[in-house]
Parts: sequence; C-alpha cells; structure tokens
Amino acid sequence: MQVEQISVFLENRAGRLAEITRVLGEAGVSIRALSLADTSDFGILRLIVNDNDKAKAALKEHGFTVAITNVVAVEVEDRPGGLNHILEILSKDDINVEYMYAFVQHTGEDAVIIFRFDDIDSAVKILLDNNIKVLEGKTVYTL
Amino acid sequence: MIRDEEFETLPRKALEAIKLRRLQHLAERVYATVPFYKKAFDEKGVKPDDITSLEDLQNLPFTLKQDLRDNYPFGMFASPMEDVVRIHASSGTTGKPTVVGYTRQDIDTWSELMARTLAAAGTHKEDIVHNAYGYGLFTGGLGFHYGAERLGASVIPVSGGNTKRQVLLMKDFGPTVLTCTPSYALRLCEVAADEGVDFKSLKFRLGVCGAEPWSEHMRAEIENKLGIDAVDIYGLSEIMGPGVSVECVEAKQGLHVFEDHFIAEIIDPGTGEVLPYGEPGELVFTTLTKEAFPLIRYRTRDLSVLNPEPCKCGRTLVRMGRITGRSDDMLIIRGVNVFPSQIESVLMGRKDVAPYYMLIVDRKEHMDTLEAEIEINEEAFSDSVTDVHAVEEDIQKDIKDILGVSCKVRLVEPRTIQRSEGKAQRVIDKRKL
Repeated sequence: MQVEQISVFLENRAGRLAEITRVLGEAGVSIRALSLADTSDFGILRLIVNDNDKAKAALKEHGFTVAITNVVAVEVEDRPGGLNHILEILSKDDINVEYMYAFVQHTGEDAVIIFRFDDIDSAVKILLDNNIKVLEGKTVYTL
Repeated sequence: MIRDEEFETLPRKALEAIKLRRLQHLAERVYATVPFYKKAFDEKGVKPDDITSLEDLQNLPFTLKQDLRDNYPFGMFASPMEDVVRIHASSGTTGKPTVVGYTRQDIDTWSELMARTLAAAGTHKEDIVHNAYGYGLFTGGLGFHYGAERLGASVIPVSGGNTKRQVLLMKDFGPTVLTCTPSYALRLCEVAADEGVDFKSLKFRLGVCGAEPWSEHMRAEIENKLGIDAVDIYGLSEIMGPGVSVECVEAKQGLHVFEDHFIAEIIDPGTGEVLPYGEPGELVFTTLTKEAFPLIRYRTRDLSVLNPEPCKCGRTLVRMGRITGRSDDMLIIRGVNVFPSQIESVLMGRKDVAPYYMLIVDRKEHMDTLEAEIEINEEAFSDSVTDVHAVEEDIQKDIKDILGVSCKVRLVEPRTIQRSEGKAQRVIDKRKL
C-alpha cells in the first residue's frame, strides 16, 4: 500500500531543474506527479515516476543526489470537502502529514493525492479502516 | 630509512657548528654579490663578520616576498648567469611570479635532498614512483623527478592533469609510490572509482604529499581510502622547492628540516621576534648551501612550530609541525583570526558531507559575513527539508565551536566544488576594504 517517491537535491542554480527533466526524458522515464520544496538556498524535487529504477540510475549517473522515500497515494473524491474529509480522519488519530501534493491525473471520478507521513503504517491502517481508497504502487506508476 | 646516516643523525652540537660555519660563509657571499643584501645589511648596521654565533642570525635582515618582486626577475641571483643552469618560478597568485635560479651544484644538492626526502618517506630503489606533481616552472614535478632518479627508483613523469589516463597508467604500470598534492590524491581515488578501479587493489604503498596545507583528518582519509601510508613534505620554490623538510614514515610526527642546508626559525608574524621552540608562529628560512639563489631569513608566511626533540627514527634534525595556515591567508572575520584549514578539520570528521568546501567572505552593512559551501553526501539526503537543514545547522555549530565565529553553511550538490589539480583555491573574499 506504499508508493516509492524519488527525491532529488537541487541547488538553486539556473537550469538545474531542466537538467533533471532532460535526464529523465532521455532515459524514457515519465513523470506522474511532482512537487518542489524550496528554501532560500536549496530545493528538493519529489517525483512519482513510471519507472523508479530507471529514473534513479539515470539521475545518479548524471551526478544528482537521490533519495527514495515511501509515501501513500490516496483517492480523494473530487468534490468540495473531499480532501477535508480525509484530513479530518487523520487529524482525529493524531497522524501528522509532513507534506502532500496532488496528482494531475484522475482515477475516473476521483483525484489522487500523495501524502508523506511520519508513521506511514498507522496512517494507511486508519485510512483503510475509514474506507478511504489507498492506491497500490503499480497502479500509481502507470496512472 | 635514513639515506645520509652522517648528516641526518649528527649530534646537535656538531650540527650547530656546521650551521654556523655555513651561515658565516653565506653572509659574506651575499654581502659581496647581491646588492639587495649589501644594502639591507648596511641599513641594519650589521657586517658579515659580526656573526660569531647562531644567535647572531637574529640580527640579520628579513627577506620578504616583496623584495623578490622588487628584484624581478634575476636581481637576487648571487651567481652569474653563465653558472645558472635552471630557472623555476612560483605561481604568483598576485602580480608577477617569483623567479629562482639553480647552478649545477644547486641541482645536485636539491636532487640529494629529494633523495633523502623520498627515503625518509619509505621509498626504495625498487619502487616505481608515480609523480603527479606538475612539471614545468613549478618546482614540484622536477624536484621529485630528480630525487627519485638519484635514489635509483623508477619514475613515471606523469605530471598533473588528465586524471583518467593517470588511472590507466596506475593500473597498468603498477607504481608503488604516489607523489602529488593531498587533494589530488583524493581526486585520483575518486576518478579511479568512476573508472571501476578499486584504488586499494593497486600496488601503491606510500604517498608523499605536499605543496598545500592539509590536516591529520585528511591524512586519515587518504590512508583509509587509498590503502597507503601518507607522509607530509614541505618546501617552497624560494628556498629550493620540495626537499626542505619531510616526515619520516616511522613516526609521522613532524617534518625533519634538513638543517645542514636550511636554518628554520619561528617568529611572531606581528613583531618579527624569534620565538622559542614549541611556540607557534611564522616559519622563516635561511638557505645555507644554495649558490644561485641564497636567501637570508626568508619569511614564508607559513604557520608552524619547531620541535628539537630527537625522533624515534634516529634523526636529530629539528622537526616542524604540519603547516596550520598562512599568516597572510589568514582571514580576519569580525576581528577573529580564521584559517581555512580549521574548516577542513570540522568536515573531515563527518560522514554526511564531503571534505570539499569554498569559503565566501563578504561584508554586509559593515559586518563581515562568512559562508561555507559544502558538498552534501547522499547518506545525509532524504526527501525532507528539515533533515537537510539539520545537517547545515549541525555543521554551523561545529564550525562556530572551532572558529569562534559564526559561518553560514550552504550545502551544495556533490562534486560541484572545484577539485584542484594543484593548489586548492578555498576562499573567495568579496570584501571591498
């Protein structure tokens, strides 16, 4: 019930982001979702891609610093209050969300949100107990 | 291994008698042949025959780098050009280079001292020396080359640069002794790994590293990563080049100064006063046997300390401590003396960053600012901004503890800080004073 996310360390230098997307493009890797956390002097690009091994190898070969983290992909009803419903469930059980970002792609009617939790196992259990749909990695990579 | 049993293990008294005799001869010679020294002696009111003991050296004038520039290119030579067989020049970071000359006898002396140096480091005539010091105007390459030949070792004059090809030669020729700057030793190891070569599988046994300041931490890193003994050597082209002093591989505790050829003093860089043994200060050298380019009390600007205790290797020669900084590279940040090598000592102890850094000094609103760019290691990186910030803050704290000034740490991507193939440039000072 977990999804692998690739993080890349980024110095704040012009063109560095484009180098990542170029490397991935040339390796035939497709980006499914991304978010960029930025601070005054560096950034961390977080990516969900269709082929983690290929992406990681290509980025490392080009000298990028890469980390792999497990995150959770959750289906969220695409209606007002849809995301809030899920966050309320999590908050009730004291599950802390470190960060989250949305998928561009929908699964039918629903939106997909990527969550990063401190305590990933409890979070997944609580979501499932509350009948929230959590997506498998293989589903997410090919969305 | 001691190459010259007689001169390297002389009783101190006998050694001092030789030093005095040679100093008296030197003073007479420079007074008679170099107009700069005649003038400098006269201005200080000293005559060569005033020297009756080694203490009288303190009364002689200093020679500064600026004096060499003022007499550019050949004004300090004490031999006619017809006797000079070689010219070298030091990389002048500011302005014109410093030019030095050698007679045939000087080259012979230098070769012999470099043979002593390599022997003290543990080199035998059966060894193959991979000499990656630059050949050319710089004294490193040719100094080691002549010394290795004099010792009877086989020398590969590979010089600096073209690192990938160096890795190929190291694999195919099986050299056992590596001579290069410490930062280049680590660079070679990095590139070897890129080329799929485990440095430890090579035949290297020893590294003879110098030409830039380095730390004990860096020695440990070189020894661990390369699987060799690494010893420190010291020299500067003004004095001769490499071969002024060297650590013995037996002790690795201080560099033996070849005192039968050079007198070392430690002075207070502010007052010029000679300091007693054991007190840190600026190194000053007097060349005793050089013909073409003799120098009296040359201020090196290198910071060190002298230890006259006999060494377990058997040498009686005074030992100088590892160079801890430059009296002129010393940065003064908000009134605090900062030596870039101190930053390195902080980084060397850590796993989350690489020991490469660039210091950026600036002045904002009348306040000095110090910033260090440091390469992050993959182990320290995660998806979390907080984690990366925590590493930055932890290093900032360590640096502040050691330097006494705060330094902003900015982590940068691996391998983005310039690797030097000669002397490492570690500071950018943007202050307009």
